[in-house]
Amino acid sequence: MEFNANIPEGPLDQKWTKHKTKIKLVNPANRRKYHVIIVGSGLAGGAAAASLAEMGYNVSCFCYQDSPRRAHSIAAQGGINASKNYQNDGDSTFRLFYDTVKGGDFRSREANVYRLAEVSGNIIDQCVAQGVPFAREYGGLLANRSFGGAQVSRTFYARGQTGQQLLLGAYQQLSRQIGLGQVKMYNRHEMLDVVLVDGHAKGIITRNLVDGKIERFAGDCVILATGGYGNAFFLSTNAQGCNVTAAFRAYRRGAGFANPCYTQIHPTCIPVHGDQQSKLTLMSESLRNDGRVWAPKDRETAKKIREGKMHPGDVPEDERDYYLERKYPSFGNLAPRDISSRAAKEACDDGRGIASTGLGVFLDFRDAIQRFGKDTIAERYGNLFDMYNRITGDDPYTTPMMIYPAVHYTMGGLWVDYNLESNLPGLFVAGEANFSDHGANRLGASALMQGLADGYFVLPYTVGNYLGTQGLAAAGKVTTDAPEFEQAESDVRAKIDKLLSIQGTESPRSFHKRLGDITWSKCGMARDKAGLEQAIVEIQALKKEFWENVKVVGDANEINQELERAGRVADFMDFGELMCRDALMREESCGGHFRVEHQYTEEDEIVQSGYLSPGEAKRHDDEFGFVGIWKFEGEDQVPSLHKEMLEYEEVKFATRSYK
Amino acid sequence: MKLHLKIWRQKNANNPGGFEGYDLDDVSEDSSFLEMLDILNEQLVDKGQSPVAFDHDCREGICGMCSMMINGHAHGPEKATTACQLHMRHFKDGDTITIEPWRAKAFPVQKDLIVDRTAFDGIIQAGGFITARTGSAQDANLTPIGKEVADKAMDAAACIGCGACVAACPNGSAMLFSGAKVTHLNSLPQGKAERDRRVLSVVHAMDDAGFGNCTNYGECQEACPKEIKLDVIAKMNRDYALASVRSFFSKAG
Amino acid sequence: MSPIGLFRTSLAKKFVMAITGLILVGFVLGHMLGNLQVFGPPEAINKYAYFLHHILPWEVLWVVRIVLLVAVVLHIVSAVLLVIENRKARPETYEDQQLIQASFAARTMKYSGLIVLAFIIFHLLHFTVQSIDPAFRNLRFDIDGKDSQDAYAMIVLGFSNVGVSAFYILAMALLCWHLSHGVSSMFQSLGFRNEIWRTRLNRFALAFGLLIFAGFAIIPITSLISWYGGPDIVYASEIRQATENWDGETPIYVSYPESAKH
Repeated sequence: MEFNANIPEGPLDQKWTKHKTKIKLVNPANRRKYHVIIVGSGLAGGAAAASLAEMGYNVSCFCYQDSPRRAHSIAAQGGINASKNYQNDGDSTFRLFYDTVKGGDFRSREANVYRLAEVSGNIIDQCVAQGVPFAREYGGLLANRSFGGAQVSRTFYARGQTGQQLLLGAYQQLSRQIGLGQVKMYNRHEMLDVVLVDGHAKGIITRNLVDGKIERFAGDCVILATGGYGNAFFLSTNAQGCNVTAAFRAYRRGAGFANPCYTQIHPTCIPVHGDQQSKLTLMSESLRNDGRVWAPKDRETAKKIREGKMHPGDVPEDERDYYLERKYPSFGNLAPRDISSRAAKEACDDGRGIASTGLGVFLDFRDAIQRFGKDTIAERYGNLFDMYNRITGDDPYTTPMMIYPAVHYTMGGLWVDYNLESNLPGLFVAGEANFSDHGANRLGASALMQGLADGYFVLPYTVGNYLGTQGLAAAGKVTTDAPEFEQAESDVRAKIDKLLSIQGTESPRSFHKRLGDITWSKCGMARDKAGLEQAIVEIQALKKEFWENVKVVGDANEINQELERAGRVADFMDFGELMCRDALMREESCGGHFRVEHQYTEEDEIVQSGYLSPGEAKRHDDEFGFVGIWKFEGEDQVPSLHKEMLEYEEVKFATRSYK
Repeated sequence: MKLHLKIWRQKNANNPGGFEGYDLDDVSEDSSFLEMLDILNEQLVDKGQSPVAFDHDCREGICGMCSMMINGHAHGPEKATTACQLHMRHFKDGDTITIEPWRAKAFPVQKDLIVDRTAFDGIIQAGGFITARTGSAQDANLTPIGKEVADKAMDAAACIGCGACVAACPNGSAMLFSGAKVTHLNSLPQGKAERDRRVLSVVHAMDDAGFGNCTNYGECQEACPKEIKLDVIAKMNRDYALASVRSFFSKAG
Repeated sequence: MSPIGLFRTSLAKKFVMAITGLILVGFVLGHMLGNLQVFGPPEAINKYAYFLHHILPWEVLWVVRIVLLVAVVLHIVSAVLLVIENRKARPETYEDQQLIQASFAARTMKYSGLIVLAFIIFHLLHFTVQSIDPAFRNLRFDIDGKDSQDAYAMIVLGFSNVGVSAFYILAMALLCWHLSHGVSSMFQSLGFRNEIWRTRLNRFALAFGLLIFAGFAIIPITSLISWYGGPDIVYASEIRQATENWDGETPIYVSYPESAKH
């Protein structure tokens, strides 16, 4: 079977241990004979590159930025989960595993998630040894906080810059290996195709973003750690350069793309200010520990605030709707991301939104400041408040923050088995670029955990297993002279030439924005059949227009940011269509994927019993308890759908309630 | 708002560059500085002209990629703010804004406002790490680290490697960047074992890359978007002196 | 570390600057304190001069002189190297760079340093080599029967020249300027400065510079005042009398009033 997850036999808590003892190893003296290509230098890619190089493999690492330290993992603010149970509050590997499966709305693979929870503690150990300055208590031990809807304090953090510190930790380990000559680093190189030789991933084609040179690199395996596709929505919290190109090129070469419709909408971003906006800025979820989310009860009040005729601070207490506290009393403002985002959308759809666009709700610190004092709040969130102030010009100490959900993370990605190997042998996918651990929704502080788990503690074993299985005779056998490289390179060149030759009238950025309008409105926080069908038609039309009318100025042999964007937008369009197709196929609501046709209503027993409120996402486990995997079937052909059935041995399907 | 922009244009590393003037209309006060440049670029593309190349990525002030001198200030005149987090409300209608690339021998211009900062990577590769093999770590709580020490290390570790310190320093010195990494790692118990090696290698790499010397102006501290203090330079100086003495005697012995 | 190794790294050069600076600062302070004896009886400063030249073993004096000379040379050599390297590190300037923190003193160290250097050369020729005014060698003084130089008279006579005094005061002002950045910087370069101590050290450096300026400048000022008819703070009229009609050959003994001996 093509999409066999290769989950090891045995009880859940012994799978990884047993697997590790059984997989093939490569003799330390022979490792240098293998060349591992890693695309991406974030948490997953950087950690894998450093770890594999330490073991003795020859590693080449590629990133599109000017330095591996800039990978977008750096922007994660809140923290990283680990089931250390340092707080003695009942945490355990199983509880972290369970929370992650439940938080993922029962759409993730049990064995992978268990392994993630199992190695989570090692990640913290590893990072501390590297010098990551996690927050500490006065006694010198590590501090933790509760985060993103967890009922234990298992989140480790470094101020509001946890992602930065973890990335720099990995970057420093990677740098050490670069200095030792064990890793060859290629900055400002963008991967434009993956090369398969006899069905195995054996190399990549890149474009040097400084001089435009198209280069071939051959290796014994390829690891993609190229992040998520949030920029398919144009506006997202992703970095400007984040793109789906590497993953999409692999998809076009036959790799399965799993669950592309699972995108996470983060509830606490700064609302859109207008047309000229290029990105959305996330405010850390940790703010919800002390801030209270509300919208005016009355539409008229909301209108007055929108028009600047009323200061939000003047809205009397009984005219405020603290809707999260009202709907989800036990979790309150800490309800999971998908739930909180949808609740904000509901309030705004009801005409009670604030901000000039009507797309915003308040995150208010008034009560917290009254209770703890301004100094305490400043100590906890000072840097975030400053950032908010810099961007909006408002002072959150006196005026409530405005927030609105925005695309943040993508749970979907290239399909991988238990070894993080795609259906293309030798092509490994790690971090946000794969689909494996978060199901339909990711819990806060879990992305950093997954990226590092993949890079430090999974790939070093499973890549060795693949290489060991191929045998020493295969090491370094494929060279860039192979005809497959020739073909891939000419494909890449043809695409670039095409983009430059159209010389139409509309910029790539403009097409990107138009694509974003379609994907966000029809495949964003809420989706329905008609909208998705229309979106597919619209994207196809846009794509046609793009290939007839895009205007890419400049040449191929220089720094050309327009050309870079054009190539990425072209892939985003193809990908956007795939995303809508997946969302259309999935006739249920789960996690980040909300189909309006599938929600609980007053007629459901579970609502009548008071366990759930109407409007909650309705899953159909019997029909859709699978991973939806799409395979490319040719240009302008409908891709084929394959299924990996999700089998739960330890966790039983249950309806999520955070009431 | 209306603006007049004076921007450094340079085709590539081998061509000489020069300033060009552009007029821009209808810029929203809520736009960020880079969004303002996006607008300009869209207009240039419309006219078939080459847009201004500039480095940028996260646009939330943490990746360190954006890098430009704005009216003679690295990242612009706002304190503790990267160019991407600088908003147009800090400018006035009708302003002339001069935009230049970072200038330092170690940061050659590649195109327009894009410079090559791999020299920073070289410094980290030389010694900006703690040797900690994956899998060899002890339990994270086995070595307590006082909160003050951890906080001090974190202050230094906040560096985003943008290069504003080098750009602002009249000597093109990388002391603040290097000092921050040395302070971060040398302050921690985990970093003690190789602290001498680290500081010696870092300083030598910094010198070899062609960065200038510190003359204690303090411009770097003013320009730093993460408000890294000159303390990190003093700490590196001290560690370097001690390391030199220790290495001298260990060689002599 | 070999003498070349001393200059190999940027930080080593900074250490050289700081340590030689420290030596020179120490010397300047001592020199100033010594000079202030001019406000005591002439015998005091003359005895001090006699002690330095005749009682102190000559090896000690020369060791001090050589240390100072080496310190000056190293200070200058590293300064020159730093300036050259720093220019190289920033080959192109900005269209308009706004400096925020760098003090004027910090930016003009090389110029203040150069002028002070020029002054030191003149000063050595003037008072140590005594090649500027031939009268200096002939100003004698009797210390308990031992023939010695009349340093007191040399100082007052030397500063009776308005031009000399003006150059001296200017040089001291620039020295003060130089030290107001240098003294605090020295601590930074050697690693003994932090956020709290920076302000304190900056203030201390400024105060120290001003003290040095005041301590040195007060001597030419009082000499001029006394010489040109002001109140006799120093024994200007006696010195003027003894030197006014000097034949250019015979030793001059200034006849200080009896009261000056106590």
